[in-house]
Amino acid sequence: MADTLLDIRNLRIEATAYPPGEAPRDLVIVDDVSLRLDKGRVMGLIGESGAGKSTIGLSAMAYGRGGVRITGGQVLLNGRDILAAGPAGLRALRGREVTYVAQSAAAAFNPARRLMDQVIEATLWHRLAGRAEAEARAIGLFRSLGLPAPETIGNRYPHQVSGGQLQRVMTAMALCPKPDLVIFDEPTTALDVTTQIDVLAAIKTAIRETGVAALYITHDLAVVAQVADEIMVLRHGKMVEAGETGQIITAPRQDYTRALVSVRSIDHAEKPPADEPVLRVEGVTARYPGLPVDVLRNVSVSLDPGHTLAVVGESGSGKSTLARAITGLLPPVAGQMRFAGRTLAPQLAGRTKDDLRELQMIYQMADVAMNPRQTVGTIIGRPLEFYFGLKGAERDARVQDLLDAIEMGKGYADRYPAELSGGQKQRVCIARALAAKPRMIICDEVTSALDPLVADGILRLLLDLQAREGVAYLFITHDLATVRAIADSIAVMHQGRVVRYGTKSEVLAPPFDDYTDLLLSSVPEMRLGWLEGVIASRRMEGAGN
Amino acid sequence: MMRIPISALIGLTLTALYFLGAIFAGLVAPYGMAEIVGDSWEPASAAHWLGTDSIGRDLLSRMIWGGQVTIFVATAGTILSFVTGSVLGFTAAVAGGWIDQALSRFVDLIMAVPALIFALVVLSVMPVTLPVLILVMGLLDATRVFRLARAVAVDITVMDYVEAARLRGERRAWIIFREILPNALSPLVAEMGLRFIFMVLFISTLSFLGLGVQPPLADWGGIVKENKEGIVYGIPAALIPAIAIATLAISVNLVADWILNRTTSLKGGRGG
Repeated sequence: MADTLLDIRNLRIEATAYPPGEAPRDLVIVDDVSLRLDKGRVMGLIGESGAGKSTIGLSAMAYGRGGVRITGGQVLLNGRDILAAGPAGLRALRGREVTYVAQSAAAAFNPARRLMDQVIEATLWHRLAGRAEAEARAIGLFRSLGLPAPETIGNRYPHQVSGGQLQRVMTAMALCPKPDLVIFDEPTTALDVTTQIDVLAAIKTAIRETGVAALYITHDLAVVAQVADEIMVLRHGKMVEAGETGQIITAPRQDYTRALVSVRSIDHAEKPPADEPVLRVEGVTARYPGLPVDVLRNVSVSLDPGHTLAVVGESGSGKSTLARAITGLLPPVAGQMRFAGRTLAPQLAGRTKDDLRELQMIYQMADVAMNPRQTVGTIIGRPLEFYFGLKGAERDARVQDLLDAIEMGKGYADRYPAELSGGQKQRVCIARALAAKPRMIICDEVTSALDPLVADGILRLLLDLQAREGVAYLFITHDLATVRAIADSIAVMHQGRVVRYGTKSEVLAPPFDDYTDLLLSSVPEMRLGWLEGVIASRRMEGAGN
Repeated sequence: MMRIPISALIGLTLTALYFLGAIFAGLVAPYGMAEIVGDSWEPASAAHWLGTDSIGRDLLSRMIWGGQVTIFVATAGTILSFVTGSVLGFTAAVAGGWIDQALSRFVDLIMAVPALIFALVVLSVMPVTLPVLILVMGLLDATRVFRLARAVAVDITVMDYVEAARLRGERRAWIIFREILPNALSPLVAEMGLRFIFMVLFISTLSFLGLGVQPPLADWGGIVKENKEGIVYGIPAALIPAIAIATLAISVNLVADWILNRTTSLKGGRGG
C-alpha cells in the first residue's frame, strides 16, 4: 500500500532483569506485536505501566532504552527497515522523519538555552531550512499551538514558561522539522487537569493542521479517545485489541478493554450527615517558615465520622498543606482544629499518643512511604507494638488479620517492599494506617501514582474498609473522577482558599462558580467529541463576556 | 548462592592473614618484640626470614608485633570515630535547627586545622599512651564520618517513611537507629574501609614522626623510622613495613568494595 507510513511486523523486544539476590533472567517486554499506521493517522497505544507501550513507541525510531534489545520482527518506515539502518542512517532518520515528545518537558529541555534555539535545532542540523525560515516555521507552530506571544516566546528560557506551555513548545519542537511521524509519550500525564485540556486541544489542532501521523502513548483511555483515529490496547507486552477509536470505547471486544472503559464507575451514594464531626478545622491559616505568603487562608472544613471529605484542587492549591497542618507537621499561624471532641495541639510534639494513633496518613508514593529495609511484617507490626504493646505471636496474628483485610493473604509478611507491585505497596500502607485503629485517615493522592485499574481496586478497598471499620477519610486528590467515586462531601481549593464546600450533591450541582466549572469540565470523558465540545463551549462563553 | 569475586577473595585472604597475625602474634612470632637476637641489619636467612633490624632484633617478629599494635590502634580508632561520628551526624540531621548548626560548625572548625598538625599539637602536651592515641585519632577522624553520616541522613530524613514514623510519635532514637541507620549503612561501610586505612596511615605517620607508638613497642611506622638509615646502604628493612601498609590498605579496600556491592544488592536495596 502506498500510503502506509509505519509498518511494525511481529516485533519482539527483550531485556535482562537483575532481580536482587537471584540470577539474571531475560524478560520479554514486547511479544509479537504488529501494527500498521497510514500517513496522517493518529494511533493511540494504551496500557498500564509495563505494558510495553513506550518501548514500542521508541522502536518506531529504532531506539531501545537502556538494556533493551530488539530481538525479532521488522520496523518499516516509508518502506525501509529501520532496524537494519546503521548509525548514520539512524541520525538521518531521527529528528527528520520521526520525532519524539517526552512526558516530562521540564526534564527534556536544556535549562541553559533559549527555547527557540532548541526548537529549531533539529531542523538546522538536518539542513532542512535556514535559520530565518526555521524560526518563521516555529513561530507559526507556536501560534497554532495557542502559545501566548508566539513571536517572542522563543526568546525565553525553559524556566520562564509554565509546565503546560513547555509541553506545547516541545510539541512545536517535534513538528518543526516537518516529520512524517511524531511519537507522543504521555505528553499530558504530568499536567493538571485544567492544563491538560489546553495542551490536548493544542496537540490535536497541530496534528490536524500539519497532517502528520502520530503514535500517542498514554494510560488514560479517555484522553486518547479525544485525539486518536485508532487505538491499540496492550497488556504485558502483548496486543489485547486494536480497532477504530469509536469501536474500542463503545463496543470493546475483550474483557480487559471493557474493564479499562468502565474504570472509575464506582457508584457511591452520599451518607446522611452525622451530629458531631470527627474533625473540625476552623479558620486555619498557614505559611511555610521564611516565606511571607499564606499557603492556607482561613480554611474551615469539617468531617463526619465514617465519612469521606474530598479536598480537590490543582497543584499549588494548598490541599497537601492542609494535610500537613492537620497532622501537625506545619503548625498553623491562626485558627484551630478539633479532633474527636478534643482540641488538637498545633505542634506535633504537643499531641497525645491517642491523637497520633487516631489520625493516620497514607501517602501518594507508597515506594518512599515504607522503609525499604523493613519487611511488610515489621512495617505493619510496628504500630501494633507501639500503640497497643502487642508482641510475638499475638502481633503476628494481628498482622495476618490486617493482610487479609487488604486482600493480600499469606506469605507477604516476610517480604520487602521492593518485592511488591505498586498496588500491593499502597495496600500495605493502608494496612499500616489501619493497624492503629484510627478514627480518621488522611489519604494524600493515594491513587494518582497507580494505573487506573489498580487505582480502582484501591478505591474499592478503601470504601469497603470504611463500611467495616467506620473510619473517616480526608481524601486529597486532583482527580474529580475519584472524587465522584468516593466522596460524601467536597471542598474545592484554589490558591489556598476553600472556594466551594458542601455535600457531594451540592458541590457537583449547578450553579457553579468559575473555578469549579473549569475543574469539572476539564475531566476527560470517555466519549468521542468531548474535547471539541468543551473547547467550543468555552469559546462561546469567552465571546459572550 | 553468592559467588565471591576474585578481587574480594584476594582482599579477604590478605586482610584475614594480617588480622590473624595480629591477634595471634604471641603464637606466630618466632622471637619476642624487643628481643635482640643478632647483629644489626643481618640479611634474610633461615633463622631470620626477613633479616634483623638496626639493633639486631628479628624483623619478622617485629613486623608481627608491630602489626598487632598498628591494627589494634587503627581498629579501635575507626570504631570510636564511627560511633561518635555517625551518632552525632544522624542526630544533627534528624534534630535540625540549632543542634545541627552547632555541631556542624564545630566540626567545620576542627576540620579547618589539618588533622596531622592538630594531632601533633595535642600529643606534644599529652602523655603519649595507646588510649590517648586512639582517642585523639578517633575523634579527629569522627569529623569526616560526621559529615558523611549527616549528608546521607539528611537525604533519608525527608523520606515519607521517616515522616510516617514521626507522625506515629516515635522517639528520636528509634528514628535514628531503626529508620535511618539501616538505609545509611552501605555508604558508611564503604567509608569504614577507607577510614580504617587512613587510620593505619595516620598512626604510622605519627610513629614515624616520633609522636605515635613509643619504643620499645613496635608498630609499622616506627619500624620504618628505626630502619630508615639502612636504605642508604641498600638494606630493605624500612621498605618491608611500607609494603605491609600498602598491601593492607589495598586488601581492606577490596573487601569494603565487595561488602558495598553485596549490601546494595540485598533485598530492598537500591539495586546492584
